[in-house]
Amino acid sequence: MIERSPFFDALTYAVMIIGLILVIIPFWVVIVAASQSLQEVSQVPISLLPSNQLWTNLSEAWARADLGPKMINSFIVAIGVTVGKITLAAMSAFAIVFFNFKARMICFWLIFITLMLPLEVRIVPTYAIAANALLPFQTILDVTGLTWLVQAVSGIQVSLNWNLLNSYTGLILPLVATATGTFLYRQFFMTIPDELAEASKMDGASAMEFFWDVLIPLSRTNMLALATIMFVGSWNQYLWPLLITTDRANFGTVVMQLKALIPAMNGTPDWNVTMAGALIIMLPPLLVVAFMQRWFVRGLISRDK
Amino acid sequence: MAQITIKGVKKNYAKTAVIHGVDVTIEAGEFVVILGPSGCGKSTLLRMIAGLEEISGGEIAIGGKVVNDLEPRERGCAMVFQNYALYPHMTVRQNIGYSLKVAKVAKAARDARVMKVAQAVSLEPYLDRRPGELSGGQRQRVAMARAMVREPKVFLFDEPFSNLDAKLRVAMRAEVRRLHRDLGVTSVFVTHDQTEAMTLADKLIIMNAGKVEQIGKPTEVYNNPASRFVADFIGSPAMNLFEGEFDAEGQFVHGTGGRMNVSQLNGVRQPGRKVVLGVRPEGVRRTGADTHGAIPAVVDYVEELGASRLIHADANGSRIVALDNDTSEIKSGTPVHLSLADSALHLFSLEDGRRISH
Repeated sequence: MIERSPFFDALTYAVMIIGLILVIIPFWVVIVAASQSLQEVSQVPISLLPSNQLWTNLSEAWARADLGPKMINSFIVAIGVTVGKITLAAMSAFAIVFFNFKARMICFWLIFITLMLPLEVRIVPTYAIAANALLPFQTILDVTGLTWLVQAVSGIQVSLNWNLLNSYTGLILPLVATATGTFLYRQFFMTIPDELAEASKMDGASAMEFFWDVLIPLSRTNMLALATIMFVGSWNQYLWPLLITTDRANFGTVVMQLKALIPAMNGTPDWNVTMAGALIIMLPPLLVVAFMQRWFVRGLISRDK
Repeated sequence: MAQITIKGVKKNYAKTAVIHGVDVTIEAGEFVVILGPSGCGKSTLLRMIAGLEEISGGEIAIGGKVVNDLEPRERGCAMVFQNYALYPHMTVRQNIGYSLKVAKVAKAARDARVMKVAQAVSLEPYLDRRPGELSGGQRQRVAMARAMVREPKVFLFDEPFSNLDAKLRVAMRAEVRRLHRDLGVTSVFVTHDQTEAMTLADKLIIMNAGKVEQIGKPTEVYNNPASRFVADFIGSPAMNLFEGEFDAEGQFVHGTGGRMNVSQLNGVRQPGRKVVLGVRPEGVRRTGADTHGAIPAVVDYVEELGASRLIHADANGSRIVALDNDTSEIKSGTPVHLSLADSALHLFSLEDGRRISH
């Protein structure tokens, strides 16, 4: 519905501007605080004008939280999750939409159910699996009596163990396994006319050639939109990395390090350094969104075909 | 070039049968049109030849080789789809060359072949455009070029022109005809448009409700329809069909007791036999009241066609349409007399709709 009257114009502008201010103010406070000295930031009320200590605070935060290696960790995790998720999503949606196999609906519903079980809900079992990714197989072997059989025959005690704690695999995999991307892809693939798949069959293309040569190029905007969401989402992960990494020095991510920058109970209240750290840490997702937003919007709302 | 043999082919979806045993032989190099109303199974039959649809029963052979279990790409067929089905993200050149790319033909050879077919359908100026930048007719030509570039044994057309406007359709028809003459490849063309079918076909296959009604040359089908369905379906304006029976004197009784003198149908006029009498509008003429066997009728309305007109009239409760070349004004409600041309009568059994030869 498009209503055009001066009153509605004014109203929509007012709503938009209020919304903008609400969104901008926290950012502004972060930037301002990050540029002030300890004295300035400790004043009550805080001045809302930036000062000249930005560079000092940034380097202080960078050094204190060891952000260099942590940035690399965060990038590895965010990119790993993004790539893994897109690959998984595209391929599973491809299977569900274009292949007519018996268990198709079962697979579809199994994937669908994971939507209702975000990581936070299944965090304990997920941790158990991460502690030993082969645990389910071990259980199957134990229950079916195969462990006993193998031991009786060869004298070897079967004990499968694959520890994912404190590893990139452990940081990435559990975040990859959710259904949102699959659904976005499924919706997109369903808009592809059957004739296109048939034409490629007549052209002699195999299913995978159809996937690579037709579906993937056609889903480019879709893919970039998903990549944006996934990158930002996994960059901002706090709970899972915190849980799975005890070896902070080697596998900590920047968002975890932000906690380390928050002044301790009776320590120096240097919030300016904390804010400078926050500024650094939020920069990569901000840049990704700024760079991708054109495709992002296109991929989510319209289909250019 | 290859012969296509279709033997007792059936198609079931779950438990519903949509094609009940079709037997057709399509000769090498022939242009065959499958014609029928929507839902008659004509596209399904074509898709079974292509390999896009599984064959539930019977056998399809292309060039003497049974293809039932072959993948589409192994059958040597190329297909032109109704909605073009071009790859939207590829240029015209890439669209046409895609099958060659998949077949790992070297780039130079590929470009040469794409160029050759592009010339055949006059697409050279558009090779670097995307399908979205082309008109409907151009897109359909790309689809045809894409089919041609593989040098297939068989061309399959699935209602390719139904998205084009009338004028373009006529032009494309001529183009398809010319390409067939030049290439001589066996072609199967599915359509529901009878004009398209009549003008294109060497051989017509008329289908209805999953069965073949008649196979023959267009003129043969037009002049000797094998069933009431074909008689009704082929020809525009449609054939006049009267349900009725013969009386003791051998006159045809129809409607609310109207009688027609059909002495030329000698030999099949058993009294009480229930039949359908068919006559094309061009076989119905206006005549004087004193003519022997003239049928009295009342004009309902007149359809002007320019050079001629169609008189829709009511003869004793039966609707009758006559093609009339006279241009003098005629109002609805006017009584007229009509006569049936001797040679133009068709007779069908009322029971099963099959033709009764006479």
